[in-house]
Amino acid sequence: MKVRSFGHALPAREVTNDELTAILDTSDEWIKSHTGIGSRHVLSGGETISTLGAQAARMALRKAGVTAADLDFIICSTTAGEMLFPATACLIQQKLGAKCPAMDVNAGCTGFLYAMNLADAMLTCGKAKRVLLVAAEQITRLADWKDRSTCVLFGDGAGAAVCEAGEGFKAVRLTARGTAEPLYGMADGGNCPFDDQIPQAKPLQMNGQEIFKFAVTQSCKDIRHLLDRTGTPADTVDYYVLHQANRRILDAARNRLKQPAEKFPVNITTHGNAGSAGIPVLLSEMAEDGRLQTGQTLVLSAFGAGLTSGAALLQFNI
Amino acid sequence: MNTFETIAKLLAESKDMDVNDIRPDMSFSDLELDSLDVAELVMNLEDELGVAVEIDESLRTIADLVAKVDADKQ
Repeated sequence: MKVRSFGHALPAREVTNDELTAILDTSDEWIKSHTGIGSRHVLSGGETISTLGAQAARMALRKAGVTAADLDFIICSTTAGEMLFPATACLIQQKLGAKCPAMDVNAGCTGFLYAMNLADAMLTCGKAKRVLLVAAEQITRLADWKDRSTCVLFGDGAGAAVCEAGEGFKAVRLTARGTAEPLYGMADGGNCPFDDQIPQAKPLQMNGQEIFKFAVTQSCKDIRHLLDRTGTPADTVDYYVLHQANRRILDAARNRLKQPAEKFPVNITTHGNAGSAGIPVLLSEMAEDGRLQTGQTLVLSAFGAGLTSGAALLQFNI
Repeated sequence: MNTFETIAKLLAESKDMDVNDIRPDMSFSDLELDSLDVAELVMNLEDELGVAVEIDESLRTIADLVAKVDADKQ
């Protein structure tokens, strides 16, 4: 598989840490020192993630020089979707005016890498010639805005990539270790009169210390596994693009991998944790500002609810 | 090197502390370690000693951590 292009779109409303101090017992200094986050983009005023997803997709289509009619499949990674159903991918397909099949993937914040793996399989076996990947997240709608330890972390956004048959996507490793306790949210269970134990809706719950440990250890394990399997020396990788969950996760993983800070691009400072959209948004920004150049070797690594994790090694060839 | 000495060494390395300033009765807040510092310490300790340590609310001091690690070793 070859990744032809990236695109991204963010909500217009930026919420600073100082704004959060008006509604929570927190401070700019605490949030920055614990997470690295200074502000985040939050859905408001009727914005939807399918609108953002379609905007990110249009940017990626334009960059690839193709149209929605040229797509064979749309896969959208989303943690909870815009609606319970239909799939956010179908809402995006409608907005793009595409005619191809469309479906969602939920692998938490690892979803974009799971979606890449699916696209690679479709393209490699000839079931599709061009696949649009979108990651569209509205984690701020899942968060508990009375829980100062979690709500300050999250932002919304959408990233997209156009993928085609070809070379570049060298290797991928995905994992899942099924357990809900460290990170979950629960949707409203409805009102069926024949069940007296319908679970109540619950906003995002997270055991920060367990997730921190999982993220750092699993990300390093996945990356080392990929480098070993492909015979790639760690020093020859141009960028390690990690899920933007928390600056301290990025720093701890980087220290363990013994790589310099400039190889670990960061957008969490202004975007917060935008779930599975974080990586494609960052890649799109890097393509835009010229950091991404043809021929570069990239390692992507993500981790999230599931617990899932994933890493991919690709050569960037636009 | 016993468990306490290993913890003191890891803290001294990662947090730029003097190993002689670390005592077993000190709490993590005495040492100015926040929740993610504790998680990182536990993670480094697990790597160093090959043990698995569950972080819960009972974990407040260096001595608590030593006790948990030594229980897992047995």
